[in-house]
Amino acid sequence: MRLSRRFEETVHDQFHEGQVPGPLHLSIGQEAVAIGACEGLRVSDAILSTHRGHHHCLAKGASPGRLMAELLGRTAGYSRGRGGSMHVAIPSIGLLGTNGIVGAGLPIATGAAYAMQVQERDDVCVCFFGEGATGTGAFGEAINIAALWQLPLVFVCENNQYVELTPQELHVAGEIWRRGESFGMPGERVDGNDVGAVADAVATAVARARDGEGPTMIEALTYRWFGHYAGDQAAYREDEEVQRWRTLDPLVRSRAALSDADAGALDASVEDEIAAALAFALESPITGPDALAVDHLATV
Amino acid sequence: MAATTEAKTRSLKTWQGINQALTEEMERDPSVVLVGEDVGCPGGPYGVTRGLLDRYGSKRVRDTPISEQVLVGLGVGAGAVGLRPVVEIMFFDFAMIAMDQIVNQAAKFRYFSGQSMPLTIRTMCGAGGPNGAQHSQNFEAWFCAVPGLKVIMPSNARDAKGLLKAAIRDDDPVLFIETLGLLPTRREVPVDEDFVLPIGVAETRREGTDVTVVAVGRLVDRALEAAEALAAEGVSVEVIDPRTLSPLDTETIVESVRRTGRLVVAQEATAPCSIGAELVALAAERCLPQLKAAPIRVASPFINVPTPVPLAEARAPKATDVAAAVRTVMEPA
Repeated sequence: MRLSRRFEETVHDQFHEGQVPGPLHLSIGQEAVAIGACEGLRVSDAILSTHRGHHHCLAKGASPGRLMAELLGRTAGYSRGRGGSMHVAIPSIGLLGTNGIVGAGLPIATGAAYAMQVQERDDVCVCFFGEGATGTGAFGEAINIAALWQLPLVFVCENNQYVELTPQELHVAGEIWRRGESFGMPGERVDGNDVGAVADAVATAVARARDGEGPTMIEALTYRWFGHYAGDQAAYREDEEVQRWRTLDPLVRSRAALSDADAGALDASVEDEIAAALAFALESPITGPDALAVDHLATV
Repeated sequence: MAATTEAKTRSLKTWQGINQALTEEMERDPSVVLVGEDVGCPGGPYGVTRGLLDRYGSKRVRDTPISEQVLVGLGVGAGAVGLRPVVEIMFFDFAMIAMDQIVNQAAKFRYFSGQSMPLTIRTMCGAGGPNGAQHSQNFEAWFCAVPGLKVIMPSNARDAKGLLKAAIRDDDPVLFIETLGLLPTRREVPVDEDFVLPIGVAETRREGTDVTVVAVGRLVDRALEAAEALAAEGVSVEVIDPRTLSPLDTETIVESVRRTGRLVVAQEATAPCSIGAELVALAAERCLPQLKAAPIRVASPFINVPTPVPLAEARAPKATDVAAAVRTVMEPA
């Protein structure tokens, strides 16, 4: 979690220095959802991420240096620096994509899970999405087919309380964790700022999925500390609310389980890793027009 | 992928060519799966996929709910983790519901990840049944505007078989557009199970010296019929079928137009912003010094498709329309 936090703080600084040639959607405050959910996953398991997905990428094993390079528009980035934050896909580690389209990962997750079923693998797919995505048609289509086909799929709704610039109350009817009920899909709501609680809930769902018992709907309640995008001052919400959630910082809570010495050692190793990632990214050349045309088609 | 021996052939209807391509590729490669609405049990609304469920089972041939976004998403997700999926969107009109998955997801996967997306999306266009304005449209040009996507539109049984096999074996997302009115038409098809046609290569169906007619889909047979009639009038018509609309075989078309100096384009789609519009632009950009007459687009009028078959057929361009356009471009300047 600390790696993800420091990664985003660092890239946020780079943004203010004019080094990020694209939008940034920070997941600061929400790290426990990604890190908890991915804790027990294998490389061969798949995840689908969102427009706010740096923490998912890192939790699934993305290289901080290459991810940083992508966000900084450098040739060493995963899409040669052409895609940026919302367009990272690393199939070799099971990351099938962050996504610029809200809800678009849900149909793709059903496809990955279907393939695992066809191939008779005991791998699973974990699909992250925000509460805003529950308003899309893709959400309804995906939970129906996942339940109908008993797909090895875990839906993880990362409810950070805000859908772009408006509160979730303007978007969501009912309770998301119960949306699968009438499909026969078990649901659970967890404290999304408690990494252990998220890990336990997802591990149970993953075990069900690996055993062929089908999908689960998990809603992890958390909070987006910053605006929708870097630069959004989030004037549409009260400071008091933000401060209240900041006291529930998932990093502070998980840190309580560590000795001071262990925490200090962890901090130092994260700082080293982040410094190395930033140096790697900044040393990589800025992507130029010569890289634009490659990787559109395998064969022409 | 070079075409292989074509010595031994058999007369097939277009739907049979498609069915054989699916069967042979599923037999050849266990990673090929077929998903879509009604593709399994009933074998498709027009029987194109009949027999496949019995032969390959419900893991690999699967009827889906009416969920077009998920349908294409099944293909994108499965293609990303090692399958070679074939997704059927029953009517081209229904692709409108799945545009995000086709345009924003499938066509971008390689750009973002550098990895292949071996997805084939089959769909069916055109008038020809009593299906009306929401089950008969031709959107092929829309998808040719999308980088990262290939678009194939065969006009006969032979090309349908050889190009569908190519699409399934291809490592890029391919939109494979079948035409309802062509499903029962026949052509000789090679028996060889490795008969695969190259993507991106046009076929000159008839050689000629006076006029180049580039015809698409259902209009290819009508253009050939027009060419036959015009031959009796002493007009030599070359008929080119692009077969693949993206990437387009521009060299074959440009070479022909430069040689004949005259271009007629024939399509079932409406004219504005269509393949025909693209071909006329191509001629303007690359063949202007050789052009002896202004090119003409033969297309459906810019109105919706009516439901009664006689009215739908009245709307579609006919061989006589192609012939009339050829006579016009042949008039002395």
